[in-house]
Amino acid sequence: MVDVTDALVPSAGEAGTPKLSVRNLTVARRQASGELVTAAAGVTFDVGRGEFVCLLGPSGCGKTSILNVLAGLDRPASGQAFVDGRPITGPGPDRAVLFQDPALFPWLTVAGNVELALRLIDVPVAERRDRARSWLATVGLMRFADAHPHELSAGMRQRAALARALAADPEVLLGDEPFGQLDAQARELLQDEVQRAWVASEGRKTFVFVTHNVREAVVLADRVLVMSAGPGRLLEEFRIHAPRPRQLDDALVSRVVTEIHALLMQEVNADVARTTGR
Amino acid sequence: MSRARRVAREVAPPLAGIAGFVAAWALAAAVTTTDTIPSPADVWAAFVDGLRDGTLVDATWRTLVRLAFSFTVAVALGTGIGVGLALHEFTRRSIRPLIVALQITPFVAWVPIAVIWFGVTERAVVFVAIVGAFPAMTLATIQAFRQVPPLYERAGRTLGASGWQLYRRIVFPAALPGYMAGLQQAWGFAWKALMAGEIIVAAAASAGLGHLLADRAGDVTALLAALAVIVVIGVAVEYLVFGRLDRSVRRRRGLLLDG
Repeated sequence: MVDVTDALVPSAGEAGTPKLSVRNLTVARRQASGELVTAAAGVTFDVGRGEFVCLLGPSGCGKTSILNVLAGLDRPASGQAFVDGRPITGPGPDRAVLFQDPALFPWLTVAGNVELALRLIDVPVAERRDRARSWLATVGLMRFADAHPHELSAGMRQRAALARALAADPEVLLGDEPFGQLDAQARELLQDEVQRAWVASEGRKTFVFVTHNVREAVVLADRVLVMSAGPGRLLEEFRIHAPRPRQLDDALVSRVVTEIHALLMQEVNADVARTTGR
Repeated sequence: MSRARRVAREVAPPLAGIAGFVAAWALAAAVTTTDTIPSPADVWAAFVDGLRDGTLVDATWRTLVRLAFSFTVAVALGTGIGVGLALHEFTRRSIRPLIVALQITPFVAWVPIAVIWFGVTERAVVFVAIVGAFPAMTLATIQAFRQVPPLYERAGRTLGASGWQLYRRIVFPAALPGYMAGLQQAWGFAWKALMAGEIIVAAAASAGLGHLLADRAGDVTALLAALAVIVVIGVAVEYLVFGRLDRSVRRRRGLLLDG
């Protein structure tokens, strides 16, 4: 038997090597009942260096599972994932993750959380404090540097998590619906923050965010990969050329949003028809 | 609110409880004719006598020295075994039931065995206290580690923590509140087990508070004075040391509702 995945491995070392690639990836997720369900099936895509990609799809389509594989936190059921053409074997500070829950460490102050990220990549003590404070200033949390996470609002906590994620200067930032639990204002603020961080990296940083919010995906991404209902496959990709920084009510943004909405509704209806046997 | 008022609001309810208890006791002593229920005033007098002639002071000191030693050993043992078992699943699943068995065994049951092994000695008393306290410490340590939210570990790994650093920087601090609860529990067990040991192994070279309970079986007033000292020390350490430590850790992490 010919090993198909080998033929699909992106060649390493070339200038054109994608930053991240996913080849024929199938991921399974264990449900609360203990049953394994296929979350995403046979997904293949590349993310170029410096690109901002959003994985968009209905709940249960496996987009979070794919992200966890890219983060190195979970193993795929089959298929492979690569960073710089090398297979991903585990997590690392080159790929920071923003989780849905900010996951700040409650025993440390806000600054302490950011400093820990620096310590873990062996930044000398003398530099940690200043670098942490400068990141906190970037996300507007300077005043809360010495507060503990529980003293912050949900939006501020996620901003602190963003500062912590960016502090180690990762090449990749992975976002797992990080704004899903925020109110509309906090959400918009963070979308701006993330866009700004990405633009500021001038093509050095690659962002991959997972969301089920169409508008958010279009505002953030260069490219939106739309997935089907679970087990998720890639349905279609949309390139967004609107200038940045984008606002939720930009005309071009709205047009693409309408288009993607129509596609997703069609997919959801088809899924309902499939599962109810009509 | 001023600090004085805050303290007053904090201590008023327990003081009211104590005052109510002493009043009920005084009433019971007044209405009964038996001399096996001495009045609070009699017990206070016995307590003052005990301080004057030094018996109570010496006994308390010896007991506290034994307690410090056995508690330290129990915590060291419990922490070491607990961390080891928390990290290694097979060992945990084979050893944990044995620790649970030790924990369920009434510590008084160890006294005769201790006497057979060590004779009527200091060592027998301390052995009972250690064996009474370390299983609780071990189980609480295991539990503290197992309750660390997996998300912290995942977040730590994506930040580049692995191996020893992952434990030192993420897992250990995350387990601290549960571990503190274990310390508090182990202290309670060590104190009770030590008293059981001291009462029964009464002929040991140096008398502690527990010995006073056994020695003066005939003199109920002096006995109650010793008991009061035991209770007060127990409560004081529980509230002033462990309660405070526990609250300060929880408050910093936002785990306390009243801020």
